[in-house]
Amino acid sequence: MARLIRMDGTGHTTLAEWTAADDIAFEEAVEEFRSQLELGYIGTVPEGPGKATHVRQLPREADMVIMRRPIAGG
Amino acid sequence: MTAGQALPELASVPWRTRTDARWLRRYQRLWHAWTLLYTVPFVAAGAGMIWLAPIATPVALVAAAHAWLIPELYAARGASVARPKGPRQERAEPVAQGLLGDLLGPPERQLQRDTGLALEPGELGTWLVGEAGALLLTNRGRTVHAFCVAATETDLPPSDRIAHLLLALRVDEEGFATVANHAFAGAPWRVRRRLPRRMRPALDVARRESSR
Repeated sequence: MARLIRMDGTGHTTLAEWTAADDIAFEEAVEEFRSQLELGYIGTVPEGPGKATHVRQLPREADMVIMRRPIAGG
Repeated sequence: MTAGQALPELASVPWRTRTDARWLRRYQRLWHAWTLLYTVPFVAAGAGMIWLAPIATPVALVAAAHAWLIPELYAARGASVARPKGPRQERAEPVAQGLLGDLLGPPERQLQRDTGLALEPGELGTWLVGEAGALLLTNRGRTVHAFCVAATETDLPPSDRIAHLLLALRVDEEGFATVANHAFAGAPWRVRRRLPRRMRPALDVARRESSR
């Protein structure tokens, strides 16, 4: 089961879950992903030690997609 | 680290040159020269005063104190990027800690829990990621660069703040260093003694990793 997670003030919130075979659940996850992008979140797929990918569209095959806030120099 | 992907936050700093290994070496040399520039004149002036007029020894001691104090202040600035900052969010922190733990390997997870800093080997060097900044060990562990950078959402629990930086770093290491504000470059021992005692072992591990 793949998960769309948002890092927020609660630690993290699971926004959607889907499997590659479940089109309806995936479409709902895509909608949720888009609405998070509109709120200013950035989609990132962790890919094991030292690797992550920035995504602009929800990848169906990913195990976990994390929505994070932008970073900035302090 | 994933190569060839630009960090989206780079769009907010289009005027900055991309921070690569060459940039870091140049900055390291500049910081070294700058340290000498504001230290040597005070030491020379103090020594000159004592030589010319021993009665001026108290003034010479003040000059020597300046030569010691100014580099210490810069080192403190470097160490401050790693210190814990912001609300502790004690209810949300265990949940955030779980997610951060999933992003780290077992030894890095334990180190982060013990010290509050996440170790991340990179192409530029070995990183230690904190809640509002990161330290980068380069030059086989002989130089530390301090970067001030944080998630723009302020009410995140500490582990989520670290996870934000860690994910951005993993997407684009040079982009991460470019977005961050460079705060210090110098010898690790200068930063180490200004770090909270709990964090010092993380710097020792990063130095060892970097020197391999």
